[in-house]
Amino acid sequence: MPTKTYIQAIAEATIEEMERDQSVFTMGEDLRQSVYGATAGLVDRFGEDRVIDTPLSENGFFGAALGASLCGMRPIVETVTSFLWVGMDQLVSQGSKMRYMFGGQAELPVTFRVRMFYARGAAAHHSDRNYPVFMNTPGIKIVCPSNAYDAKGLMKTAVRDNDVCLLFEDGIALSSRTEVPDNDELPDGELLVPFGVANTVQSGTEVTIVGIAGGVQHAIDAAKVLDAEGISAEIIDPRTLVPLDKESILKSVAKTGRLVIVDPAHKMCSAASEIAAIVAQEGFWDLQAPIQVVASEQINVPYSPALEPLIYPTPEKVVDAVRTVLD
Amino acid sequence: MTLDKQQLEEMYRRMCRIRYFEEAVIEIHSSGELIGPAHPYIGEEAVAVGACAALRDSDRIAGNHRSHGHPIAKGGDVNRAMAEILGKSGGYCKGKGGSMHLADFSIGILGESGIVASSVPIATGAALAAKLGKQDFVSLVFFGDGASNQGACHESMNMAALWDLPVIFMCENNGYAITTSYKNSVSVDHVSDRASAYGMPGVLVDGQDAIAVHEATSEAVRRARAGEGPTLIEAMTYRYEDHSLGLDRIRKSEYRSQDEVDEAMKRDPLPIHRQAMIAHGFATEAECDAIEAEVHAEIDGAVEFARNSPFPEPGELYDDMWATPV
Ligand SMILES: Cc1ncc(C[n+]2csc(CCOP(=O)(O)OP(=O)(O)O)c2C)c(N)n1
Ligand SMILES: [Mg+2]
Repeated sequence: MPTKTYIQAIAEATIEEMERDQSVFTMGEDLRQSVYGATAGLVDRFGEDRVIDTPLSENGFFGAALGASLCGMRPIVETVTSFLWVGMDQLVSQGSKMRYMFGGQAELPVTFRVRMFYARGAAAHHSDRNYPVFMNTPGIKIVCPSNAYDAKGLMKTAVRDNDVCLLFEDGIALSSRTEVPDNDELPDGELLVPFGVANTVQSGTEVTIVGIAGGVQHAIDAAKVLDAEGISAEIIDPRTLVPLDKESILKSVAKTGRLVIVDPAHKMCSAASEIAAIVAQEGFWDLQAPIQVVASEQINVPYSPALEPLIYPTPEKVVDAVRTVLD
Repeated sequence: MTLDKQQLEEMYRRMCRIRYFEEAVIEIHSSGELIGPAHPYIGEEAVAVGACAALRDSDRIAGNHRSHGHPIAKGGDVNRAMAEILGKSGGYCKGKGGSMHLADFSIGILGESGIVASSVPIATGAALAAKLGKQDFVSLVFFGDGASNQGACHESMNMAALWDLPVIFMCENNGYAITTSYKNSVSVDHVSDRASAYGMPGVLVDGQDAIAVHEATSEAVRRARAGEGPTLIEAMTYRYEDHSLGLDRIRKSEYRSQDEVDEAMKRDPLPIHRQAMIAHGFATEAECDAIEAEVHAEIDGAVEFARNSPFPEPGELYDDMWATPV
C-alpha cells in the first residue's frame, strides 16, 4: 500500500470531492500558490470559479461560505487556527446556530480546513490549538485527524456532511507518512472514515492512553518506552471530538482501569477535561487510579526556543503520567 | 524642505539600521539559529522612517507581522530587538514575543501584531485615550494592503473619523498579501481612495522616498494634533525579499515576475535618500559613507549582544501572565 503524507491526503480528498460533486468549491487565502501546501494545482484543474483566492477578510469569507452553503453549495474553506478568531462571529453566531434557530430549515454543509500550527517558534499569535473552544459551542462538528489515512477519510466525510465541520490539521503531523490505500485497492472504491468512531491504535491491558490529534503520536512514542519496561498500554484515538465515541473510551477503561489523556490544547476546559469528566461520571467504578491529563500549560505560547517546547505534551510527560497511574 | 541636515542624516541612519538589521536577521536565519517565521522589511524602509521622523517620542505607533523596521524607525534599540528575535532574555519582551511582537512602551511602541490588521483598532484606541485624557500625543498604525481588507480596519477608520481621533492610518502598499496581488484583492485602484467614504483625507505617497513620506505624515500629524481627526496615507512600496523567512515553498519570484522585481528594486529607498541629501547639499559622500560604516558596526554589536544574552529560564514561563496572578 502506498504511503502518503497528511498534506497529500488532504489534497487527494479535496480533488476527489471536487470531482465527484460540482457544488463543492474551495476558498481561502493564497490557494493558487498553495501557501499551506494542500491546494497545489487546484486552479489549473478546476478553474478560478471553484478555487477562489479571497482577500484577507476571514469574517467576510467565512460568512460567505456559510451563505453559499445555505443555497446549495458545499464550500471547503482553508484557514489557520489563529485566524478563526477573526472569523469567529460568522462561525459561531451564524454557522453554529442557524440550523437550530431556524427550526431546522438551514443546511450548512461547510468544511473548514483549519491548519493547526504550533511548536514552530511563531509565538502566541500563530500557535493556537483551539478545538476545545468549539466543543463548547453547540452546533459544530470537530474533526481531529492524527494521521494521513484518517485525514483523507475524515475530510471526505466532512465534505459530505450537512453540518458545519471544523477539521483541525495538526501541524506536527503534516509531513508524517502513513499507508493510505489508492481507491482501486478499496472495496467501495474510495476511503471514507465515519465520524464518531474511535480508532484503537494499539491494544493493551494496563493503561488506556487517549490521544488527541498530534497527541496520538506522543502516545505511540510513549507506549514504545513503556513496552520496553513490560507495561502494556492501549491507545485510543477518538478521531472526532464532536461527535465523541465515548463508548470506546469507557470500554477500554473498563479493561485497563487506568486513563491518561494527551491533549495538545491548553489544559483548562480542554478536550481532555471533557473526556476525564465523562469517564469520572460514567466509568468511575472501573478506575483504579485518578485520571491523568497531559495537556499544554495554561499560559500563552512563548516565542523563545528555550521556553516553547516546555509547554506542550511530550512522550516523556506521557510516560511519567502512566507511571503515576500505575503507582 | 522642513527637514534640516541633522534630521535628514538621522533618517538615513535609521534606514541603514533597518536594512542592515534585516540583512543580519536573514543571515542568522539561514544559519538555523532562528526557527520561526520572520518577515523582512527590506525595500520598505522609507515608509517607517519617513513616518516616524514626523512623530515625537511620546507619540504611539503599532505595527504588524512585518515590523522590525517600525520600532527601529521609532528609535528602538537594535540590541534588544535582535535579542528578542533570538528568543533571549535580554530581548524587548524577554523572549516571549519574538520577531512579530517587538514592543517598547517606553518610547511609544505599543507592539506589533501577527494577526493581520489587529493593530489597527489598538492604535485607534490609543488615539481615543489621547482625546479622552487630553493627552498630547497622536498614534500611527502601519498596516499592509492585505490588512486593508479586514473588517477591523474599516470599522476603525469609521470610528476614528466619526470621533475625530488623532490617528494616522499608514498603509504600506507593497502590492501583495503573501502571494495575492493587490488587484486580485482590492476593489478600488487605491486603498487611499476609500478615505472619502469614511470622511477623512486620503493621501497617496511615494513610499520609496522618505522625505515625501515625512511630508505627508507631518501634515497628517498636524491635523491630528489640531483635533481635526484622522488621515489615511497610502505609501506605495515594494518588498524585496520573500514574504517570510522559512517559507521556502513560496519564493518571491513565483507570483511576481522577475521583471517586476528588478524594476521595483531600481527605486531603492536608501540610495534615493542618500542622493537627495547630497544633491541638496545636506551631506557629502564621505558623511554618508561614515553613517553606513557606523551602522554596520552597530548591527554587528547587536548580533553579538543578542548571541551573548542568555535564554530565559524555565522558571520564567509563568511570569507576566497576569497583573494579579491567579
Ligand atoms: C488574520 C490573519 N489572516 C491571515 C494571516 C496570514 N498572513 C500573514 S501576513 C499575510 C499577508 C499580509 O499582507 P499585507 O497586509 O499586505 O502585509 P505585507 O505582508 O505585504 O507587508 C497573511 C495573509 C494572518 N497572519 N492573520
Ligand atoms: Mg502587502
